[in-house]
Amino acid sequence: MSSVVNIPPQFEVVDRPLDTQMTISMGPQHPSTHGVLRLELVLDGEMVVKTTPDIGYLHTGMEKLFEYKKYQQGIVITDRMDYLNPLGNNLAYCMAAEKLLGLEIPERAQVIRVLMCELQRIASHLVWLGTHALDIGAMTVFFYCFREREKILNLIEAASGGRLTPSYFRIGGLMMDLPAGFERRCKQFLDAFPGAVDEFHTLLTGNRIFQNRTQGVGRISAEDAIDWGLSGPCLRGSGVNLDIRRANPYCGYENYDFEVPTEPDGDVWARYMVRMREMKESHKISAQALSRLRPGPVKADAPKVVLPDREAMKSHMDALIHHFLIVAEGFDVPAGEVYFPIEASKGELGVYMKSDGGPKPSRVHFRGPSFVNLSALPVMAEGEMVADVVAIIGSLDIVLGEIDR
Amino acid sequence: MGLENIIAEALPEVLTTQLDSLINWARKSSLWPATFGLACCAIEMMNSTSSRNDLARFGSEVFRASPRQADVMIVSGRVSRKMAPVLRRIYDQMPEPKWVISMGACATSGGVFDNYAIVQGVDKIVPVDVYIPGCPPRPEMLIHAVMMLQEKVMKESVRDRKDVPEEEAREAVPPGTLPVTDGSAALKEALAEPRPYTIASRHERRRSS
Amino acid sequence: MASEPENKETNPLPTPEAGAPSPLVAALQREHPEWIAEVIEAFSETTIVVPREHIVAACSFLKTSPETRFDFLSDICGADRGPEEDPRFEVNYHLFSTTKHHRLRLKVVLSEEDAHVPTVTGVWRTANWHERETFDLFGVIFDGHPDLRRILLPDDWQGHALRKDFPLRGYEPYSLK
Repeated sequence: MSSVVNIPPQFEVVDRPLDTQMTISMGPQHPSTHGVLRLELVLDGEMVVKTTPDIGYLHTGMEKLFEYKKYQQGIVITDRMDYLNPLGNNLAYCMAAEKLLGLEIPERAQVIRVLMCELQRIASHLVWLGTHALDIGAMTVFFYCFREREKILNLIEAASGGRLTPSYFRIGGLMMDLPAGFERRCKQFLDAFPGAVDEFHTLLTGNRIFQNRTQGVGRISAEDAIDWGLSGPCLRGSGVNLDIRRANPYCGYENYDFEVPTEPDGDVWARYMVRMREMKESHKISAQALSRLRPGPVKADAPKVVLPDREAMKSHMDALIHHFLIVAEGFDVPAGEVYFPIEASKGELGVYMKSDGGPKPSRVHFRGPSFVNLSALPVMAEGEMVADVVAIIGSLDIVLGEIDR
Repeated sequence: MGLENIIAEALPEVLTTQLDSLINWARKSSLWPATFGLACCAIEMMNSTSSRNDLARFGSEVFRASPRQADVMIVSGRVSRKMAPVLRRIYDQMPEPKWVISMGACATSGGVFDNYAIVQGVDKIVPVDVYIPGCPPRPEMLIHAVMMLQEKVMKESVRDRKDVPEEEAREAVPPGTLPVTDGSAALKEALAEPRPYTIASRHERRRSS
Repeated sequence: MASEPENKETNPLPTPEAGAPSPLVAALQREHPEWIAEVIEAFSETTIVVPREHIVAACSFLKTSPETRFDFLSDICGADRGPEEDPRFEVNYHLFSTTKHHRLRLKVVLSEEDAHVPTVTGVWRTANWHERETFDLFGVIFDGHPDLRRILLPDDWQGHALRKDFPLRGYEPYSLK
């Protein structure tokens, strides 16, 4: 057994026997790292002296795949990126392409997009809550959260056909309109949801053990948070009032009435409270969106970009030709580049899309919020104990699919 | 395991049939999975343990974090090039008897991702017992796969299982080769000895059912 | 949408359009016109092409200047124009202001033989991982980076994956077909 590892000079090996510091590797197979993340921890007993995240264990080469697929084929790949918030990824990609094309999206499609994105945000926060509580030790919350999540997944599956990978949005609108009975079921879910959030609060928020494990742990100040590029609930948990839905509104978000929750402390407890309040705000937005649904088209009026209806395709020649061309050859997107940020459940999800005038993009880059949030982990975790590192990773709400792409 | 070897060699066939049923029933009713959730399929795996689709009622009561305490490894998600040695090492750390369920299209065959970064099928690294298609497969499909695995377990026989030679397992992945922080070409020469991704476990030499 | 490069000589007084971030460019044009090689306004976004040697100075100016206040670096993104193009690589810096909510893109173009850029980790610490990723996938070297090594691909990987001449399925034995 030969040691073939060559440690470069910037990593000082402090593995001295009979000394107190030890370098261990947490992950990549670990129940609490929320995916295949590897942390190199230098420990002094239980205290973390230095930590270095080592990522790339889920690198899928998605950005290269985008360059080989037509624009509409790329939507399917975006689902697998942040797999807890796939509709958010779809939305960012589609809206970036629509910005390049200069399409105007009809009102009903925008309202449905907002509704589905907010439902998806609630579902993503539910997984966060369940797994975070599970890591800290509260196993019951996991089952409660997943019960609520099943209801949302039912709704998403009814609309799009996929529970976890819906690919519901298309460039120019939606895949298809909402099914019959969707509004009734959605309203049923939304009526019962605030009670569920209160249930989570009774399970966790007043629990002294949970408070001791999360309050004062993993602090990051507002200046550091901005400098390290944190966004989303991690940034709002440090007191910075920044939400892309308010700062650079898209998809009609400027017309909805919601608050942006912030907490001043910057620790794990603050991020927890921000996300719990965000679930209630998303519920508010969903209820408003549901009440604004009016009959109308769900696809933009751009026959060269948007697939025609099946009935029109079967009866009209030009619709058939358009359908064939869009599917077989794709549509040409004007040359240029855009950067389109949205407020995903984890933070600022930005899509940089560069086109050189053809049916396939020249470069697509996703700025994953978890990628940037994780880079701030050493700042939060140094000086804490190993068990606190688990709590901090949970509070960052990282998804390795988005980090590694 | 030693007792089984002695029994298998010494006693006639009739007795081992009864012993087979008993042992296989015990094994299939408590298949404890190792947590190997990699990507989106892991979320569906978590869904299959939640209260709606309860995998625990089929015996998979706990998902053991340590592979040394697990029976079945459910590879759920895409396996990237960097992760492949880790996967093999975890598989080697599991004690016999062990099975592998390859969940989802990415683990089965590379899935949507036919590119430089993804291993095109986890059966290039570990021997797989049950394949589940889907992207991601519904939780009910995972439960069906576990039940199929249970049927497969029931068809095994004590006479087929022998202890794994230790050197074979240890040589599969040279220890200490988790990539830490290095990229020098000289080191690459040192690592050039072929890492046998497809070592034939005595799983495969077992009498097939 | 056509991109219209504006040069200081042809348009000395940029007319402020509604919502267009021309004031951003105006501040930079007034103080340090030598930092601006080209300004592109398209799709309601502003892109400034900055020569490579001035990128750090431009970034710190834009971060601290009271008119712009770009205290948030959203993203550093590399792009490959293709092996026949010269300059081949682009590095895009996406800046955002948390107080004024405006965005700007800075672009540095590099040729293949000399793909070096000074690092901006001194301006925003979040650039650390973004630059590592750009180095990993494109091979652009960031001078002065504290820890420039691969981040997504395995450490012993040969080649840079997102270059246009890197095949999609990789090289043997990685393409197990």
